[in-house]
Amino acid sequence: MIYLDNSATTKPYPEVIKSFQQVSESYFANPSSIHQFGGEAEKLLLKAKEQTAKILRVEPDEIIFTSGGTEGNNTAIKGIALEHQTRGKHIITSEIEHPSVLEACHALETLGFAVTYLPVNQNGLVSIADVKQAIRNDTILISIMHVNNELGSVQPIEEIGSIAKNNPKLFFHVDDVQGLGKLPLKLKNSGIDLCTMSGHKIHGLKGTGILYVNKRTKLFPLFHGGHQERNIRSGTENLPGAVAMAKALRLISDKQKNNNGEMTKLRDYLRTELEKIHGVVINTPENAAPHIINFSVPGLKPEVIIHMLGEQQIYISTKSACSSKLTDESRILAACALDKVRTTSALRVSLSYDSTRQEVTAFLQALKKAVDQLKEVME
Amino acid sequence: MEFDHILIRYGEMALKGKNRKKFIVKLQENIQRKLADFPDVKVTRTQGRMFVLLNGEDPVPIVAKCKEVFGIHSLSLAIKVENDETKIKDAALYALTTSENVKTFKVSVKRIDKNFPIHSQEMNQVIGTHLLVNTTRYKVDVHNPDLEVKVEIRTEATYITASIIPGLGGLPVGTSGKTLLMLSGGIDSPVAGFLAMKRGVEIEAIHFHSPPFTSERAKQKVLDLARKLTEYGNTVKVHIVPFTKVQQSIFREMPDGYAMTIMRRMMFRISEILCEKEHILSITTGESLGQVASQTMESMNAINEVTTMPILRPLIAMDKNDIIKVSRTIHTYDISIRPYEDCCTIFVPKSPKTRPGREKVNYFEGQMNITEMLEEAVRGIETVKVTNKSDTVGEFDDLF
Repeated sequence: MIYLDNSATTKPYPEVIKSFQQVSESYFANPSSIHQFGGEAEKLLLKAKEQTAKILRVEPDEIIFTSGGTEGNNTAIKGIALEHQTRGKHIITSEIEHPSVLEACHALETLGFAVTYLPVNQNGLVSIADVKQAIRNDTILISIMHVNNELGSVQPIEEIGSIAKNNPKLFFHVDDVQGLGKLPLKLKNSGIDLCTMSGHKIHGLKGTGILYVNKRTKLFPLFHGGHQERNIRSGTENLPGAVAMAKALRLISDKQKNNNGEMTKLRDYLRTELEKIHGVVINTPENAAPHIINFSVPGLKPEVIIHMLGEQQIYISTKSACSSKLTDESRILAACALDKVRTTSALRVSLSYDSTRQEVTAFLQALKKAVDQLKEVME
Repeated sequence: MEFDHILIRYGEMALKGKNRKKFIVKLQENIQRKLADFPDVKVTRTQGRMFVLLNGEDPVPIVAKCKEVFGIHSLSLAIKVENDETKIKDAALYALTTSENVKTFKVSVKRIDKNFPIHSQEMNQVIGTHLLVNTTRYKVDVHNPDLEVKVEIRTEATYITASIIPGLGGLPVGTSGKTLLMLSGGIDSPVAGFLAMKRGVEIEAIHFHSPPFTSERAKQKVLDLARKLTEYGNTVKVHIVPFTKVQQSIFREMPDGYAMTIMRRMMFRISEILCEKEHILSITTGESLGQVASQTMESMNAINEVTTMPILRPLIAMDKNDIIKVSRTIHTYDISIRPYEDCCTIFVPKSPKTRPGREKVNYFEGQMNITEMLEEAVRGIETVKVTNKSDTVGEFDDLF
């Protein structure tokens, strides 16, 4: 099998699964129980936070363990909106956010909030001038993703962070689900108040994730209950999940550190070779994240290519997995103002640190064959 | 362009005469230990100045760490460039624009290398002009600027520094001997330890543990507090005294109103014995005058009678709110408020004497076999070395 759909999800590292199993078996006590066994569990939870905090260079109590990206984004956006609505009811986000951000914003619109959806240029980037211009007196939140899941474009988070810093009335949330483990993102002193991360995109487990919540930031909780996790997320802590998340984060950070640009080289190779295939157009801009390449084969239905490759157990995707069931057109590519022929024929290849040159070569050969065959049929 | 080193200033230490060298070496050691997680970062001393060389590391977390080292009066991010006019101008511009909350500035040039062609007065103007031409939001104010851009032209290179970031002050930990901190698990005692450390003192801690009335988690709480204190110094040894028997005997045999006073006296007696064993010259407590029954003038008089050790009470004149403020800044507050019973909250007499007399206390104590109780408690002391690495190192390692 050649798995090149790592932006949809990744294969869990065996070490992560092992930790999950060990904690489930040996530390199943409730961290809130006052007996010694509960104490052990609480200590382990604390250790998971400490390790996570150390890698992310933040404080342990700024780490909230969640069930993943969708929960993180919803908790952050609705949490800020509901907690701080007396300050203002305006939110800024972009047109190319993940559905868990956009739909949360739509939901808030039905509750009387106003949302500005910033446009992006052809490279899938919001402009700093637009961000500045969109800020109003009643703006309470800017929510912008770090790396786009379909295109791999990298937003100017640092600059938006300094804008947020100069506007102390508003909060800044970053969806870093696709950037985590691939591109560095500074959280401390960066103007970022909230940051969403997901476990299963970094070879962790489904149902695990982290929301970074700056110590000074107050959120209206989505779940009320036993006051766990700074009262931001009540419910008995998923201790095995938290430990598995901490472990996955450590492993991916090590890989990131030791990769020495190998992933970028592989991506560049993929890009150059794709460009050579007749009929292929690259959609991903230059200077994008090192693991995503989006391209179109205008005139060919992407699903057909997916299935042809799938027959040889080569897995890539159309658009993002979360949107692929809706319509034919890629919302994100459409936002970049690309032609309809391109937006309806887009394919995405996403690498992991374990992807090899052999795998990429095999994929390229299979793709070329598939495209040639289909073109013959069509003509 | 980026900041490549941090200039460390140590104010008070300059006064310490012959010991000065010792203080500075200690400070350098302490900073090095604090930055051990950053192997590329180096701490150096030249010509009476201390520098942290960043070697490409992000300065923000390193500044945060340095702000937790006693003995640093203030620090500044700095850039080292060649003695070249254009490079100096660019570096000054970078220093200005990366500083926060600045509306007005001034430039101060010191030309130590007299071979540099432009005199310092003229250089002030050259740089000032460059800064004004290339920005829009700053004004010059030579009397009371928000930021002084300092440029030092030395023979080997030019150093440009911007904002002055205040440090913790105090003296380097390890230059003023050692004290035994009575660490209960409450809000006050860690703050007392922190303030003692501020004056250069190393600490060991003593904790009175009364299982099964107090739980493992109460003990863990104290170890976690001690670990927070290691952030400001070195390893902290925590001596855990088995205290159940002593407490039970006191509360069974002594009159209710005096039980608390006598319990505190036993604690001081045990602490004193431990100090002698460990060659520690003083005891530190979190007492604040009048805060609770044991901290009235009369109580302190009656309790203090049992020891001739100097007792340091850094919080004696502080209000509770101010103590809480400090405990929040040193991150001990959230640990201190964990709701576990400790030995002081378990056996609470209904109405403790707020004005116990020494004579009465001595009379009652005469009916107990104090020596035997002390010996047994001291024999049972368990000592835990708390380092600023996670206290769970080893235990869960295979899981992470």
